Amino acid sequence: MLSLTLKEAVHKLRDGSITAKDLCEKCIERLNKTQQLNAFITETVDISRDSAAKTDRKRQKSKPMRWRKLEGLPIAVKDNFCTTGIRTSCSTAMLQNYIPPYTATVVQRLQDEGAYLIGKTNMDEFAMGSGSVDGIYGPVRNPWNYKFTSAHLENQQTKPIEQVNMRNYHTSTEDWHIAGGSSGGSAAAVASGVCFGALGSDTGGSTRNPAAYCGVVGFKPTYGMLSRHGLIPLVNSMDVPALFSKTVDDASILFNVMAGHDVHDSTTVTDEFNHFTLSDNISIKDLHIGIPKEYHTPGLSKDVHNAWVEAADMFEKAGSKVTQVSLPHTQYSILCYIVLNCCEVASNMARYDGIEFGHRATNEDSTEELYAATRHEGFNDVVRGRILAGNYFLLRQNYEKYFAKAMKIRRLISEDFKKVFASGVDVLLTPTTLTAAPTYKWFTERDNRTASEEQDIFTQPVNMAGVPAITVPSKLSDDGLPIGLQFIGQNFKDKELLTIAKWYEQQVQFKQLDLDYLDNVS
Amino acid sequence: MWSKQWKSVVGLEIHAQINTESKLFSGAENKFGGPTNTQVSLFDAAFPGTLPVLNKGCVEAGVLTALALRCTVNKVSKFDRKHYFYADLPAGYQITQQRQPLAVKGYVDYCISDKNNFQTKTANITQIQLEQDSGKSLHDEKDKISLIDLNRCGTGLMEIVTEPDFSDGTDASAFVKELQKILQTIQTCDCKMEEGSLRVDANISVHKPGERLGVRTEVKNLNSIKSVSKAISFEVKRQIELLENGGVVENETRSFDTEIDETVPMRDKEVKTDYRFMPEPNLPPLHLFDNESVKTVASKISVINIDDIQQKLPPLPEDTRKRLEQQYCLKRRDVAVLVDNSGLVDYFEEVMRLSPTTNAKLVSNFIINQLLGVLNDKKFTIHNCPVTTDDFGRLIDLVQTEEISYSTSYKVLDEMFEHPNITPEDIVEQKDWRQISDTQVLTNICEKVLEEHPKIIAKYRKGKLKYLHTLVNKAVIDSNNKGNPRILKQIMEDLLDNK
Repeated sequence: MLSLTLKEAVHKLRDGSITAKDLCEKCIERLNKTQQLNAFITETVDISRDSAAKTDRKRQKSKPMRWRKLEGLPIAVKDNFCTTGIRTSCSTAMLQNYIPPYTATVVQRLQDEGAYLIGKTNMDEFAMGSGSVDGIYGPVRNPWNYKFTSAHLENQQTKPIEQVNMRNYHTSTEDWHIAGGSSGGSAAAVASGVCFGALGSDTGGSTRNPAAYCGVVGFKPTYGMLSRHGLIPLVNSMDVPALFSKTVDDASILFNVMAGHDVHDSTTVTDEFNHFTLSDNISIKDLHIGIPKEYHTPGLSKDVHNAWVEAADMFEKAGSKVTQVSLPHTQYSILCYIVLNCCEVASNMARYDGIEFGHRATNEDSTEELYAATRHEGFNDVVRGRILAGNYFLLRQNYEKYFAKAMKIRRLISEDFKKVFASGVDVLLTPTTLTAAPTYKWFTERDNRTASEEQDIFTQPVNMAGVPAITVPSKLSDDGLPIGLQFIGQNFKDKELLTIAKWYEQQVQFKQLDLDYLDNVS
Repeated sequence: MWSKQWKSVVGLEIHAQINTESKLFSGAENKFGGPTNTQVSLFDAAFPGTLPVLNKGCVEAGVLTALALRCTVNKVSKFDRKHYFYADLPAGYQITQQRQPLAVKGYVDYCISDKNNFQTKTANITQIQLEQDSGKSLHDEKDKISLIDLNRCGTGLMEIVTEPDFSDGTDASAFVKELQKILQTIQTCDCKMEEGSLRVDANISVHKPGERLGVRTEVKNLNSIKSVSKAISFEVKRQIELLENGGVVENETRSFDTEIDETVPMRDKEVKTDYRFMPEPNLPPLHLFDNESVKTVASKISVINIDDIQQKLPPLPEDTRKRLEQQYCLKRRDVAVLVDNSGLVDYFEEVMRLSPTTNAKLVSNFIINQLLGVLNDKKFTIHNCPVTTDDFGRLIDLVQTEEISYSTSYKVLDEMFEHPNITPEDIVEQKDWRQISDTQVLTNICEKVLEEHPKIIAKYRKGKLKYLHTLVNKAVIDSNNKGNPRILKQIMEDLLDNK
C-alpha cells in the first residue's frame, strides 16, 4: 500500500478500495520502523488517526459530503512551516518550544483539501545547510543503502532535544549516506514510504538537493506561485515553498492545490491561477532543450555525468532539439548568494530576542544582556556566523561593496536565464548535484559553508532568477544510490516544466525505494 | 549683545500617525488608549513567518498629505528595513522608506504672528516617507524591569522632513501649527500632540553669517506647540552661550524637560548607530498611477490613482486665507486669526450669507475682538456658541446703522449670551440702549457743554486739536452714553468753527 503513488492513493481512497484508517496505520507503522532515519522532529500520530477516522466516517454518512482532492492523505511538512498548536522548531534551540498560533497558507490549503499532517520533518537549523546534519535534533539518514537492523528497530528513541551539538551524532559505528538538505527529513519521509508527499523549502536547492539524494521528485515552483506566509524565512527574496513526491504527476497535484495568490503574501502573483492536470501523452517534438556548458564542472562524478548525457540523447532521439547554451554569470552565483543570504539572515534573525516568543535566557540584568545570552544560547555556530557576516556586509561603508554589488550580479544571473529562454530554449537540462549522496563521514569533514558551496552549485542560480526547477530521479549510481537530473523552466511556465519532466520520468521508469521488507520485521 | 552675531538654523522631522482603522502592514486595530497589548497582530509582534501587507488606506492618506504639502509624489517608492535592537521593536528592524520615499520636494506657506510682527513664510518639505511606529516601553528602574506595550507597534506614520528653513522657535512652531491645520483639514492625522499622534524632532545649529553651518543637535519628541517653541529657543540660546564661552557643541540627541523648560542630553546616550539599511524583500515596490498610466493597468482593484486623490483635496488653510482676502477684502492678519480658530470661518461666512449687506470687515472685527473674548470668558467654543449667526449679524447691523454705539455692542453681546432667546433689538429696546442720532437733541447737548467749558474752547482755539475729543467725550457723558459719538463730533466741530 505504501508503494502507491499519491495519485493512486487518492484514487483508492475515493473509490473505497482502501480505507483511510488502513492507510494511516500503515504509514504510522512505517514511521515507527524507520525511526532511525531521524526524518521527523514531531510526529502527529494522534492527529493522523483522528483525521483518517473522520474521512472514513464521511463515507458512512447517508448524505454524500464533498470528497476533497486529497481526502484522507497523509503528508509531512518541514519543520519551518508554522502549524497551529504543533511545535515548529526550525531545528533550532531558539524555537524548540515554539508553538505557533497560526498555520502557513500552503499547509492550510493542503488541509483544506483533506490532507492531514503525519509529522514535522527534520532539517538544518533555520534551513541553513545542505546536508540536514546541522539541526539540534541530529542528522537525517538517507534511506537508500541504509542498513536497518533489529537493534535499530528496538530502539524507539525519544528525541534528544537537549543535545545541542549534534554534528558527531552516531548511534552506530557504521557510516551511512546523508539525505541532503536542508529539507532532508521531508525527502527521507517520502522516499521511505511514510507519506505520499511532503513540503520542503527551497532557497538555494534545499528541496532539489535532498530529493536527488533520496531518489524522489523535488519541485521548486516559480517564485511567487506559492505563498510564503507561515514559512519561517531564510532568504525572503529566494525562499520558495517546494514539494517532494514520488512522481511528477503527484507534484503537479500538490502544486495545483497550493498555488495562487495569498492576501497574506504580497509577493505572490495576483493573476488568477489556472488549474491544470498533466497529459499522459506527451510529445516533445520541436522542443528545444538547452545544456548549459558552465554546468560541466570538475567535481561532477562520472555517474551523474553519464546520466546527464543519456538524458540529453534521449530527448534528441525523441525529436527535441538539444543545444549547448551559456549562462556566463553562473560562476559568480554562489559568492553572490553567500552575501545576500548572510544579509537577509542577519536581518531576519533580529527578531529572535526572547521577548515575544521562543527561547529566553535567564540573564535578566539588562535588556542587552538578556538579548546577548538568549541569542548566544539559541543559535548554532552556522547561524551566528552568518548573522555576523551579514551585519558586516550591511554596514554603511560596506553596503555598496557587498550587498549592492551582489544585487547587480544577481540581476545579471537572472538576465542569463532570460536571454537563453528568449533565444528559443524551452527548458534547461542539468545535473541536480555533483554526485550521488555522500557519506555522513565524508560530508562532515567539511564545514557548513564549504559544503553548501559544493552542494548548491547546480541548484542555487535558479533561486537568484526565481525560475521554476524540478529534479527527477533518473537512475542508480554504481553504488546503488539514486541520481537526480534537474529541469529548469521559464518564469510562470510551471506546467510546461512539469510536462517535460513527466515525459522524462516516463522514459526512465525509475524504480522507487522499496522498504516493504520492514513490514515483516517484528 | 551676542544675538546679532549669531544665526540659528532649524530643520524639523515630524512623525504624524496616519488616521486609519488598521495599522500600516497588519489588520490590527489602530486606536489610542486601548488596554495594553490588545491591538497586536502576529505580524506586529514579529512572529516568525508573518509578512507585511501594505494598507492601501495608509498609502492614500500619504498621497493626500503629499499633495496637500505640494510635494511631487514618486510613481515608484520602495520600503527598507532599518535595524536596531530595542524591546519595543519586536522585529529588530523598522520598515521605512529610506532610499525612495513616497514623495519629495514640497512646500508649505504659513503665517507667523506675534505682538508686532505678522508675516507669511514658506517652508520647504524635503520628503515624506511611510514607516511603522514602534511600541512603547516602560522602565521600572527600582525593580529593574521593562514593560512593553505593542498597541502602537506597526501603526502607520508619515515622516515629514523639512529643509532647515526655520530661524527660531517661534518660526518653527508657527509652521507646525500650520501643518496641524492642514493634516486636520484633510483628516490624515488627528494631530493630538498630547497623545503622541504628532511628534516633532528638531535639528538645531547656530553659526555666524558667512561662516559654515555649526554642529547640530537633535531635540527629540517635542509633544506640544509650546514645547517646540520653547525647546528650540532654549537650545539656540544654550548653543550660543556655549560657543561664546569657548565651548563646542556636541552632535547629540537631547530631550526637552518641560518641568524646567530646558533641553537635556538623552539618558541612553546612543552609540552612533549604523542602521544597516536593507531593501524590504517582502514588499514589492509601491506603484502609483495617474490618469494616463492607469489605462495600462488590467486590474483596477488595488490601484491608487494620484489624480483621483488630487480631486479629493479639500481647500487648505492657505487657500481659505487667500479666498477670504479676495472675496471679502479682509486683512491677512485678520484672516489668519479666523482660519487659525476652528469654526470661525464657517461662522463668519454664515453671518455674511444671512446679511450680505453687512460690512465684512466689521463682522470679522466683531468676531475676532468681541466674540472670541466672550467665548473664552464664558468657557464656550464657537461650536456651541449660544449666539446664533442670525442674531450676531443683526447685532452688527445695529452698529452699522448706528442704532447702537460700538461700545454698547459689547454689553448687548454679553446680554445675548445670558439670554439667547432675546433678539439684540429687543435687548436694546428693553435696556434703553438705543443711540441718539437726532441732530437737534445732540446740538442742544453740545451747546450746553460749550457753554460750561470756555477754558477748553480757548485751548482748542490755540490749536490743540485734541481738546475737541475732550469736549465730545463730555457730550457723550451728558447724553448718558447714548449720543452718537460720530454725530456729536461733527456737531461739536461745526459749532466751534462757526462761533
